[in-house]
Amino acid sequence: MNRLGIFAVLSALSLSACQPEQPETIRTGLVYCAEGPPENFNPQRVTSGTTIDIVSQQLYDRLLDIDANTGNLLPALATAWQRSTDGMTYDFTLRHDVAFHHTHFFTPSRPLTADDIVFTFNRIMDPTHPYHFLGGGVYPYFQSVDWANLVNKITAIAPDKVRFELNRPDSSFLANLATDFAPVLSAEYAAALLAEGQPQRLDTQPIGTGPFHFKEYQKDVLVRLYRHSTYWRGPAAMEQLVFDIVPNNARRMAKLLTHECDIVAFPRLAELSLITERPDVKVQESTNMNVGFWAFNTKKTPFDQVKVRQALALAINQSAILQAVYFNQATAAKGILPPTSWAFDQQLPAAEYDPAQARALLAEVGLSQGFSMDIWAMPVQRLYNPNALKMAELIQADLAQIGVTANIVSYEWNTFRRKLTNGEHDSVLIGWAADNADPDNFFRPLLSCAAAETGSNRAQWCDPVFDHLLHQALSTGDQQQRLGYYITAQQYLHQQKPLVAIAHSQRFQAINVNVEGVSVNPYGGIALFGARRINP
Amino acid sequence: MMIFLLRRLFLLGTVLLGLSIFAFSLGYLFPGDPLQNFSGLRYIDSAQREQLIMAYQLEHSYTKQYVAFLTRVLQGDWGLSFSSQQPLLKEIWQVLPATLELTTYALLLSFFVGVPLGILAAMKPNHLFCKSISGMALIGYSLPIFWWALLLIMLFSVTLGWLPSGGRLGVLYEIPTRTGFMLIDILLSDTRYQDAALMDAFRHLMLPTLVLATYPTTVMIRFVRDAMLDVWDQNYIKTAKAKGLNRLQVLYRHGLRNALLPVIRQIGLQFSTLITLAMLTEVIFSWPGIGRWLIDSIYQRNFPAIQAGLMIISTLVITINMLTEILHTFFNPLARKY
Repeated sequence: MNRLGIFAVLSALSLSACQPEQPETIRTGLVYCAEGPPENFNPQRVTSGTTIDIVSQQLYDRLLDIDANTGNLLPALATAWQRSTDGMTYDFTLRHDVAFHHTHFFTPSRPLTADDIVFTFNRIMDPTHPYHFLGGGVYPYFQSVDWANLVNKITAIAPDKVRFELNRPDSSFLANLATDFAPVLSAEYAAALLAEGQPQRLDTQPIGTGPFHFKEYQKDVLVRLYRHSTYWRGPAAMEQLVFDIVPNNARRMAKLLTHECDIVAFPRLAELSLITERPDVKVQESTNMNVGFWAFNTKKTPFDQVKVRQALALAINQSAILQAVYFNQATAAKGILPPTSWAFDQQLPAAEYDPAQARALLAEVGLSQGFSMDIWAMPVQRLYNPNALKMAELIQADLAQIGVTANIVSYEWNTFRRKLTNGEHDSVLIGWAADNADPDNFFRPLLSCAAAETGSNRAQWCDPVFDHLLHQALSTGDQQQRLGYYITAQQYLHQQKPLVAIAHSQRFQAINVNVEGVSVNPYGGIALFGARRINP
Repeated sequence: MMIFLLRRLFLLGTVLLGLSIFAFSLGYLFPGDPLQNFSGLRYIDSAQREQLIMAYQLEHSYTKQYVAFLTRVLQGDWGLSFSSQQPLLKEIWQVLPATLELTTYALLLSFFVGVPLGILAAMKPNHLFCKSISGMALIGYSLPIFWWALLLIMLFSVTLGWLPSGGRLGVLYEIPTRTGFMLIDILLSDTRYQDAALMDAFRHLMLPTLVLATYPTTVMIRFVRDAMLDVWDQNYIKTAKAKGLNRLQVLYRHGLRNALLPVIRQIGLQFSTLITLAMLTEVIFSWPGIGRWLIDSIYQRNFPAIQAGLMIISTLVITINMLTEILHTFFNPLARKY
């Protein structure tokens, strides 16, 4: 009673003191509430969308960009590019006077040159590169597209010209350079760090050419960036950009409503209608190429048997999941490619729900008694799967119908991914968001043998027939021929079922109505270069 | 007094010894490679492995390993955190001040609110007002703080929009860390938005401090009330009244001084509960203190961090307990007899 009284007086005092206007710092800064911490600050080394959202578009530029509407390639750091007639050599002309970040820990002496490009991409493929093994020599995206065997040599043929020589033609090569995983690093900064004996700082105190430069990272608390005043596209509207790390969904939403966050990643679908009722918050919807799926660890028994996988696929009720987990804000998946991809196979049948048939299939392989398995449910909310735990519970109930006992397993996100990469799971509920418009970006990172080795193939599935199909699709430049291969590949997947595709989701962000200019690329992360505050 | 002090210090030493043995054994009790658990290194190459085995005396007896462990701890080499690969001691120094700041303010608040209310409640124990203070204290005592905290956030942050829902400071204010204590750091910083930042930090402090102070305040009220009621019946109070001192003089000179003695001891005894509650409060309000850090470490299976967190928190609790007991004895000659 008295305590509350004192408290009320205190709060009234503090409020009256700061009510008149917002301090300048607030007006010139933007807060994005992220759902998790970044793994590091080099997109080459990561796969998680969280890291990509925080790092890629804000700190770095790529050689090429993707047009969000058409999926076509646009010039970025490269102003022009040329493909040789045999498809084995690509020449890029670089933009002039692109400045690297000037920060409290590094002062660049020169603008971007071909050396930076050579340094950046050699790091991925050259084991003798001084930075190759920093962080274990793991470059998940590039390993999944078999980059080291694809690219033969990268040379600087002039200060503003760089040449990529390939070992074989690859129709997805340019698209790979435009992904958020292919930032351009500074060779000068790397050399300075080597001289200081501090190479690990290259990926923790990043220097790039992007619209914002790095200031500080308080682990699991926040990432602070400031405007890059000499950015080649012109300075960003906001002076300061802070990524506040708030893993809890409800808390993130609360912070949006209290205006502690300006932009909230991945609002819960269940709360979308609630948010739209508020006058101070808007919901932005954008198309995204992604798929949420349930992958079986095909290296483990009984999941190495096709019939078991088919039975499990038949046992789950996809429409119930769409209703309960996605609140019908997603498209039911027929295969891993979203219907918006040009290579999508229109003939794929919709997912069936037939527990009786599933039981019959299990009986065929002598598992009529059922068995026990683990379902790993990722602990975070992702676009392709807003609530993996709930989905796991639904699947658990469905599996009980066919006599399969499922245990739900979850760990903290970084631990989860590490254990997953080690292949410790039986099955996992996870997904994939595309990095470029090329259909190959769904197949190879998810289901190729190369990806099974690096662990991004969550099904640990390595099938020579399928790999051959992918390889054929890549070596042809003819779009119709490629389409043919991809349709065969999708039919093959439909029959083999290394994973069960569940849904393709839209991407939503909840944004304060006073913030404008936030753009989301359908193939990658969020870009806050153009974000600004209106009528502050 | 000297003997008493020595005995206490000896006890402190024994408890700390036991604690360090337990912390050492965790290196083996936790799953995984003891070498990783002790060093905190995620990837150990063979050359490094040999060097570490040498340094940690792992091929020798447990006693020798323990001595090596204790030496490292005393030298400030607590190993690295699994998740960040940063020295643990450095990480702890970054988060501990936040916890100390919050607990200090909460304790101060509970002292300045709890003691006067306790005295008031004792003055006229049968008056409705005094009964309602005791009633409130009982409710506050039994209130689960995570629920209480959420209620306050719902009301003051989400519905009314008066106060922020979490954190120590609006994230757009950049205050360099010097002492780790937010208010002091803001005062030491020379930014153009010092005043605004100070006000903002103050607003961030209000809800967590209030939540964390709830429990100790109620304890304080109940203790001061009981102690006052007890003291008020003593003969020396009657004597003082008979001497013609007015009510305030009696209260201050004879009542309060005697009644507050057990309260000092209570602060020490309640400190461990307070730290536990601080952990909850930190998680609810995203307060970047040691409690949240430790709980995150548990989620991340960050064994070296759990070990270090355990050592630092237990040492803190034991030391505070011991200090208040010594203080209590110092002020209370009667206690020295034991």
